[in-house]
Amino acid sequence: MLEVGNINSFYGKAHVLRDLSFDVPKGAVVALLGRNGAGKSTTMKSVMQIVRTASGLVRFEGQEISNLPPHKIAKLGIGYVPEDRRVFSDLTVVENLIVGFQPPREGSVTWTQDILFDLFPNLAERRNNRGKALSGGEQQMLTIARTLMGNPSLVLLDEPSEGVAPVIVEQMAQVITQLKSEGLTVLLSEQNLHFARAVADHAVIIESGARVYYGTLAELNANPDIRDAYLAA
Amino acid sequence: MEFFVAQILTGLANASSLFLVACGLSLIFGVTRIVNFAHGSLYMIGAYTGYSLMQVLPGAVGFWGAIVVAGLVVGLVGLLIEILVLRPVYRAPELFQLVATFGVILVIQDLALMIWGPEDLLGPRAPGLRGVVRIMGEPIPKYDIALLIITPFVAVALWYLITKTRLGVLVRAATQDREMVGALGVNQSWLFTGVFALGSALAGLGGALQLPKGGADLLMDFNILAPVFVVVVIGGMGSLPGAYLAAIIISVLNVFGVSYLPQSTLVLMFVVMIVVLMIRPYGLFGREEVAGEHGQVGEPERPIKPASNTVRMVVAAGLLVLALLPLYGSHFSLVLITDVLIFCLFAASLHFLLGTGGLVSFGHAAYYGGGAYVAALLVTHVDSQMELAFLLAPFGAGLAALSIGWVCLRLTGVYFAMLTLAFAQLIWSLVFQWGDFTGGDDGLVNIWPAQWLKDTTVYFYFTLVIATSGILILRHVAHSPFGYALRAARDSERQAEATGIDTRKVRLLAFGFAGFMGGLAGALFVFSKGSVFPNELEIARSFDALIVVFLGGVKTLAGGVVGAGFFKGIEELLIRFEYWRLLMGLLIIFVVIAAPDGVVGSLRKGMERVGLRRVEDQ
Ligand SMILES: Nc1ncnc2c1ncn2[C@@H]1O[C@H](COP(=O)(O)OP(=O)(O)O)[C@@H](O)[C@H]1O
Ligand SMILES: [Mg+2]
Repeated sequence: MLEVGNINSFYGKAHVLRDLSFDVPKGAVVALLGRNGAGKSTTMKSVMQIVRTASGLVRFEGQEISNLPPHKIAKLGIGYVPEDRRVFSDLTVVENLIVGFQPPREGSVTWTQDILFDLFPNLAERRNNRGKALSGGEQQMLTIARTLMGNPSLVLLDEPSEGVAPVIVEQMAQVITQLKSEGLTVLLSEQNLHFARAVADHAVIIESGARVYYGTLAELNANPDIRDAYLAA
Repeated sequence: MEFFVAQILTGLANASSLFLVACGLSLIFGVTRIVNFAHGSLYMIGAYTGYSLMQVLPGAVGFWGAIVVAGLVVGLVGLLIEILVLRPVYRAPELFQLVATFGVILVIQDLALMIWGPEDLLGPRAPGLRGVVRIMGEPIPKYDIALLIITPFVAVALWYLITKTRLGVLVRAATQDREMVGALGVNQSWLFTGVFALGSALAGLGGALQLPKGGADLLMDFNILAPVFVVVVIGGMGSLPGAYLAAIIISVLNVFGVSYLPQSTLVLMFVVMIVVLMIRPYGLFGREEVAGEHGQVGEPERPIKPASNTVRMVVAAGLLVLALLPLYGSHFSLVLITDVLIFCLFAASLHFLLGTGGLVSFGHAAYYGGGAYVAALLVTHVDSQMELAFLLAPFGAGLAALSIGWVCLRLTGVYFAMLTLAFAQLIWSLVFQWGDFTGGDDGLVNIWPAQWLKDTTVYFYFTLVIATSGILILRHVAHSPFGYALRAARDSERQAEATGIDTRKVRLLAFGFAGFMGGLAGALFVFSKGSVFPNELEIARSFDALIVVFLGGVKTLAGGVVGAGFFKGIEELLIRFEYWRLLMGLLIIFVVIAAPDGVVGSLRKGMERVGLRRVEDQ
């Protein structure tokens, strides 16, 4: 579904991603793992072309997308949930969802406000509150819901478990499992294995912007050395 | 009481087009972060277009139709400006786009002159609304009543658009985080274009709507700019209810000012603005601005270094060529180069503030014109010796800058810029309206230099020495520990504070120093011309300096001087043509698009690319 081939990305002169390659198969949940600063967020931004890739290719359903602007990539069906959440703090919950709205797409699940409010009951209660009035966990759910309003077939989730309470983490895991069961493909970034173990099928580990491991999660579980070498405890 | 009510009604009617124009500007700024200097020009086109349409369309339907169509036409003009001029420069460093909009002002001025001629046009009366109605015995023009009724409808329609439609939601979302809006699949380019066109249409509508009250003339673009900026800033950049409230406050105050304090009408508005910003730094309904939050940070600056030998030699050679000018140049060229040198010093003083201090002042003419006026007032009122007046002028300007800076530096970014503009306008209006003391519109004349400087050649040398020394001192200070502290404060306030720099004090001193140097340029100016008029304090003069600094290149030390020399030179050449503004405007737009790093910065990059200059390592 998503192929990333030898991409290189820079911030000014700082070379952050180095010849990074991996695939995300259709219907799978792939965990992008690595320590803080390894380049996970940059990888997600490079797929979206928020950070433009200097070389290499990014293919989505066979189509080269690294020459497209972010909004066209989103329109093709890639939903991006940034790590710092970036809810529109002056907009209400409902308005945040409206921004994310895209017409239904063939071959992917169609989400509506009602369905999403069923999935995230806390948000339903706060539908007319402004983004800035929400708790961290509610904001995290809102960003996911907002992205789902675009009816994506692939979702990029950047560290969904970061800085939220354990109950919310639990809820996130359920949501991801549900997305998978609905047929969505997910690329998820995490610093450690705990969360990924519960939801992911495949894992990519990156270190200093280069890939150091790519395989199934089962294999990774069988190799504690790799985990200890490249991941946070 | 009756009179009071009548005054308020007139004020509310006057608020009508001010509100329309201001909320257009506010919308555009909110979404695109562009301070659209050309907004007054769009308002002017609206008035002229409305006028022409009213000539051909008959009756009441024709009249109101003309207003609506004028709005649409101006919306279209805005669309073209956005696509042709602004799109190529969105990625440029913050505020650089305003230079492009300044180019647009010049182009539109000449186009309007070509199409509608230099005569002021008297606005047609609205059919069916010619007379007055008596309200509590006071006569109120019927057209005012019509405006009173129309404006709330337009305001509500806009409010509906912004709060209730998806487009409005997107606009508000983009005001907060446009990158995220893009990542959610919204094509921002079209959103920007749409908002720019809508904001322009509102300006055009405002222009056409005020025709029966004010007509159309070629000065209305700059004349509306100051009140509109004031309204937007008082209301809070990007806030429509704020703009509405502020337009009403300003207009009503203005009506009362005319009746009770006719000498202070112009000053009043700025006093209100200053008071509001002192209490609420981001306007009545504004949101705090965080620098760089909109993803518009330019590339990092190169470390500055002492001039290389090559540069020193070029500068020395240039100075030699100038010093020998009296041997081969005409009288005219001496006068011209004197003007250019003075302007270079003026621009260099602003460049110091902008480049080294990161403080964008929209009102630097206050200190340039201020210096000129200090000298002229001393000569006129106390018969001061020229030398003494010349010496005191920069101190007067510096002192003014220190006190104004003290107030303005509570704010940052666009609000700081606007506040400096307001103060500059305040000084301008003081000078303009306090005729007994300052000569008002007639200026101050017979301000000649001392006997030993009377000769054009001698004064040329005097200017050459003073301006060059001034520029070298500015440069020197930029390299001194003070300059480093100033840059540290610019790059990271927190880090600078952590290393023990009192950023506020450093900035204040820089503001005062830049004002001092601006005043020095003003003093040179007044004695070279023998007179000074309020237009040396005008917005247009501040913009002149701002434009050349941006065009020369903010991030290179030579930018201000090279920009000033280059553009003043070109202007002096072009000014002989009837439509020189058009050419100058197109040139500015061209430079902005072709050389987003300014002339000096782009030259340097170009030379690096072809290998003439070594790329500096970071
Ligand atoms: N906006 C930026 N400008 C410059 N460097 C950045 C920026 N964002 C991230 N980096 C750097 O890029 C590297 C990778 O960062 P990131 O992709 O955020 O890592 P992760 O998400 O894995 O923690 C880090 O060294 C970080 O310091
Ligand atoms: Mg990250």
